[in-house]
Amino acid sequence: MYPEEERLPMRPALFAVFALSLLTATGAALTPARAAVEINVNRGVLQPLPIAIPSMQGADSRASQLGDEVSKVVSADLERSGFFKPLSPDSFIQRGLNVDDTPNYNDWKTINAQALVNGRVTVEADGRLRVDFRLWDTFAEKQILGLQFISTGEDWRRIAHKVSDAVYKALTGQDGYFDTRIVFVSESGPRKSKVKRLGIMDQDGANPSYLTEGNYLVMTPRFSPNGRQITYMALRADSARVYLLDLETNRQESLGTFQGMVFAPRFSPDGSKVALSVDRGGNTDIYVMDLRSRSSTRVTSDAAIDTSPSFSPDGRQLVFNSDRGGSPQLYVMNTDGSNVHRISFGQGRYTTPVWSPKGDYIAFTRQAGGGFHIGVMKPDGSDERSLTDSYLDESPAWAPNGRVLIFSRETGHGSGPRLFTVDISGQNLRAAPYNLPATDPTWSPLLK
Amino acid sequence: MTKGNLPVSSNTLKILVACAAVAALSACASHKPPEPAATNSGPAYMPPPPPPPPPPMHDDIGSRQTGPIPGSMQDFAVNAGDRVYFDYDQYSVRGDAAPVLDKQAQWLGRYPQVQVRIEGNADERGTREYNFALAARRAEAVKSYLVGHGVQPGRITTISYGKERPLDDGGSEAAMAKNRNAHTAITSGAGG
Repeated sequence: MYPEEERLPMRPALFAVFALSLLTATGAALTPARAAVEINVNRGVLQPLPIAIPSMQGADSRASQLGDEVSKVVSADLERSGFFKPLSPDSFIQRGLNVDDTPNYNDWKTINAQALVNGRVTVEADGRLRVDFRLWDTFAEKQILGLQFISTGEDWRRIAHKVSDAVYKALTGQDGYFDTRIVFVSESGPRKSKVKRLGIMDQDGANPSYLTEGNYLVMTPRFSPNGRQITYMALRADSARVYLLDLETNRQESLGTFQGMVFAPRFSPDGSKVALSVDRGGNTDIYVMDLRSRSSTRVTSDAAIDTSPSFSPDGRQLVFNSDRGGSPQLYVMNTDGSNVHRISFGQGRYTTPVWSPKGDYIAFTRQAGGGFHIGVMKPDGSDERSLTDSYLDESPAWAPNGRVLIFSRETGHGSGPRLFTVDISGQNLRAAPYNLPATDPTWSPLLK
Repeated sequence: MTKGNLPVSSNTLKILVACAAVAALSACASHKPPEPAATNSGPAYMPPPPPPPPPPMHDDIGSRQTGPIPGSMQDFAVNAGDRVYFDYDQYSVRGDAAPVLDKQAQWLGRYPQVQVRIEGNADERGTREYNFALAARRAEAVKSYLVGHGVQPGRITTISYGKERPLDDGGSEAAMAKNRNAHTAITSGAGG
């Protein structure tokens, strides 16, 4: 029923540091221009923009090889977003374009490459890696972007994702989400006695590794706003506790000394608090804990189940899940517990609300018609859209730009859960680049 | 007619094998094999000594004619019932669960040294956090019932396993119904 477990390494240290500077322009356009070629991300149907991403050049064979790899990663990032259609390098007319030269625009217009990303990779004497690249609007015949990235080590994949983020932002007007990581729960073993471990990978599936050993069950990891910590729930035979895990030191600590079962943790947008659920005597309520003082405030005191709290980006409100009306539905309240109001009124049972980092939408799971659906609605409950439909879709998590959702899907009982991504338009539904059983994804912010 | 003899010696052999298999258990050595039913010549209603427990891994030996040791986990599971079931998205004790919990309460009254943990479970047709809370309610509902029937609350802890530990890994409605349960696990104090 389950594929053989792929043995992931325990995670090594991470976080190289990057410098970024504007490239001096070539003879063509001297300043980064606003793109004439532009992607309207609010359009009804995604029409991917044809873009040419030739292999970046390098002064020697090592640099050339890295240049080739960097371009491939950029190409894959942009393609997966659904907004871009990278053209086959076989179709390119102009070859060997130097990053310091102006492109032969007609050669790119001929193959309908509306944008062009070219660059150069340099391995410095001290081992640092430098990438210079330019983004061109071939039809307007001007440079849109010219940037240089330097990594302290040879972390070329992160540089490639930085290039992707810069191109995505220049052409869509929205922040990218490529230099990010995803933490999830990796599942292995038989259904009745699953082993669950926290796993981490780059958003494109590279560098997967484990964060926990699997000697207890783990659930619902969530990134801190600075990307350095995870809060998650650990379930043992006789206890349910929430932990803080530091990704840089791999140290972890139990959060608080609540009586009862503690679960459903989620950071506040400023990282100073964690909202969570505590079950005491069969009654689950929401608490907010201040991480500095470790004092907690009870926010709900209803006899119903109140769980899955998620902060608004301004930190003033919480959306949560409650069955106080007879079935699980979504409610919004102020973080002091006042002004509780229901926002879900469609057919079915609504759970797992998550406020978008942009604030414009709340993602959720809706159970209706015998299936499970990931959906979004405005925080006032309007403009509800159902994005997916399967046997068991759940636990949506936002990419940091609030444009893409990652969630877990089981296509049928026993098929084993997998991670999927979908654009908030409901288009571009794809299997995430991790083809092993996994649930409970959480997306990091853009790395620094 | 010699047919009475063979079963007797056969039964004795079985008991001996069972004793050998559980030689570590002190109960074994001191217990005589139960008298064959045919030699019903002792005092009226003198109960036979408790039979030895069946060996844990070989339940084809000895378990057909010998019940679990009174006060043991198996005794609790067999003679009281260690699990009750719930309706979909519900946590109220069902009519068919009440007699089981009554027996659990009686059994726990008989063995006051026993401590239990009520483990609430939910089926997979719900999201993780909600089902965790739902299964916690089920565990608490069982605890409340037992306390209402005389079990000291200090003897009972509760935990939710949400939908993480299904009893039945099938996908049918019958399997889902089995997975909506609360299991009463003995954590200490059981004999045997």
